[in-house]
Amino acid sequence: MRTIKFLLQKEFRQIFRNRAILILIMVMPVMQLIILPLAADYEVKNINLSVVDHDHSPYSQQLISKITASGYFRLQGYHTSIEEAYRSIEQDKADLALEIPYGFERNLIREGEQQLFIAVNAINGTKAGLGGAYLADIIRDYNQHIRTELTIPTRFQSLPIIEIVPNNRFNPLLNYQFFMVPGILAILLTMVGGFLSALNIVKEKEIGTIEQINVTPIKKHHFILGKLIPFWILGNVVFTLGLLVSWLVYGIFPQGNLLAMYGFIWVYLLAVLGFGLLISTYTDTQQQAMFIMFFFMMIFILMGGLFTPINSMPGWAKVIANLNPVSYLVEVMRMIILKGSGWRAVLPHLGAILGFALVLNSWAIWNYRKTN
Amino acid sequence: MVTVNNITKTYNKGAVKAVDDVSFSVEKGELFGVIGPDGAGKSSIFRILTTLLLPDGGTATVDGHDVVKDYRYIRNHVGYMPGRFSLYQDLTIEENIQFFATVFNTTVAENHHLIEDIYIQLEPFKKRRAGKLSGGMKQKLALCCALIHKPTVLFLDEPTTGVDPVSRKEFWEMLKRLKQQGITVLVSTPYMDEATRCDRIALMQHGKILSIDSPQGIIRAYPGPLYAIKATDKPRITQALATHAPSFSSYIFGEYIHVDPQGVSSKYLTEELTTLLAKEGFREIEVMPITPTIEDCFIKMLTK
Repeated sequence: MRTIKFLLQKEFRQIFRNRAILILIMVMPVMQLIILPLAADYEVKNINLSVVDHDHSPYSQQLISKITASGYFRLQGYHTSIEEAYRSIEQDKADLALEIPYGFERNLIREGEQQLFIAVNAINGTKAGLGGAYLADIIRDYNQHIRTELTIPTRFQSLPIIEIVPNNRFNPLLNYQFFMVPGILAILLTMVGGFLSALNIVKEKEIGTIEQINVTPIKKHHFILGKLIPFWILGNVVFTLGLLVSWLVYGIFPQGNLLAMYGFIWVYLLAVLGFGLLISTYTDTQQQAMFIMFFFMMIFILMGGLFTPINSMPGWAKVIANLNPVSYLVEVMRMIILKGSGWRAVLPHLGAILGFALVLNSWAIWNYRKTN
Repeated sequence: MVTVNNITKTYNKGAVKAVDDVSFSVEKGELFGVIGPDGAGKSSIFRILTTLLLPDGGTATVDGHDVVKDYRYIRNHVGYMPGRFSLYQDLTIEENIQFFATVFNTTVAENHHLIEDIYIQLEPFKKRRAGKLSGGMKQKLALCCALIHKPTVLFLDEPTTGVDPVSRKEFWEMLKRLKQQGITVLVSTPYMDEATRCDRIALMQHGKILSIDSPQGIIRAYPGPLYAIKATDKPRITQALATHAPSFSSYIFGEYIHVDPQGVSSKYLTEELTTLLAKEGFREIEVMPITPTIEDCFIKMLTK
């Protein structure tokens, strides 16, 4: 115990003397948490629309104004032919082109049927898919509208209309930030913890101080604990800062058990730090450690369920996601912060993370050699 | 105090033989020097003896304990100063000493008498971070940290490399005082002139020990006489001597050229060398018989 106390004293002295890193640890997550959720948004807005209106009728005018009024589209311009509209897509000025044929209004009323043509620039898949869907949605809505307008409702022959009233549980206004902020906080916590611990032991190797430590009677697990505890404490500070930012800036406060949230974070940090330490025991330079950590971070982030739901991944990817501690954290954060879950609901996740923590740390202790 | 029996260590899966069947022993209270050029295997031996490296073959004991089996005991009882400065550069002098004292479960006060002489010189800068010290000061600090737990054996791997001549001299004075306090000291160095400060030395080259003896013993064992020559046109002297039959081996040694007559012994060699050089057209010729230095002995052993 005495040894650990002095190891900790030494580590903290070093951490507090490394001003640049300390500021980075504290300021970076706060900055990113303020900036990223505002930019990383699933909703597609400002879709540039080219319109080719051959009809110039009140109906076509109505349709166009309905589309532009939705807020998703920005009218890029009117064209006289579809070829011209294509050109604007080719020049990347427009994302979508809508062609309203000649006689749109007349045919619609007389024959009750008309076709519209939509061309989508599919280079950006998300934008194309969502843009097309939005447009189709608006047109369907418009269609519904004229049908009710044209059909004279009688007592016997009323038009059946199914209206869907969605109730968005846990996030009634579908506020995108509620979804994104906890996820980004999870990633930031993982990055800070993982990188700091991965670089630390390697730094001692690089500078040569480990040589001196290795001839002392310090026990291996003492040494590893001496590295683990300071970063564990820093991780908690970062997490608390993150929670404060999401509360003050986004008004997001954990709906569930705050203690359960912290309890999970405590175990989670052990797992992430253990992973960092493990990498540092396998590498010889900070550069190596950095690149290996980057490799895993990319996988952790992209396969952690932050941007894409894990359920829609192929089978093999689900296996990887199950081995990805970040996926558990992202899920638990959303459960506790948005859904208001308590201890019981996160127990399976907690068990898995505890397993990660035990395996990774034991592995790190085992692989750290005082003798070569 | 330290015994090494047939220690072998290879790197790169046997491709590089760093230590090749080395044996020696060091008595208690001895100041033992391992001397040899870079890559001779000095550091490998030190790392094996301080339990940082496992030997491929052979056994070694420190203070009566096996370096492989009893590594715990050894880590508690030896002091090690690696060739590269390896203290915490972002901690101050005071904090470094304190840290290493506590790591060994002792206090600075308890063994202060051991580091007193050295610490006095560091004290004015005790609040300075180790990374900001000069080379000589760093070495003194490293020595303090290696001593603070009162080791029975002290291993110093090239402690004077990269240190100015005055600090080097001071450093050896310190080692002498440590020896007087009964601490066994093993020190490695590539500087031949430092050899005479040791009680006994082992000359090493390519992982093998060429000779182990007291510096005087090694010098006494030098076969045949040795001459120092000085004349104009120094670079041409070795050429001139090599063409002479029987050829003399010669090498530049500071401002002189050392000539080893290689078995040719004659009372009049001084005169013969003078006339030989005069005939070759050299002027201001100066020839005198000298006692060989350790470096001469080392060169002699290498050419054998």
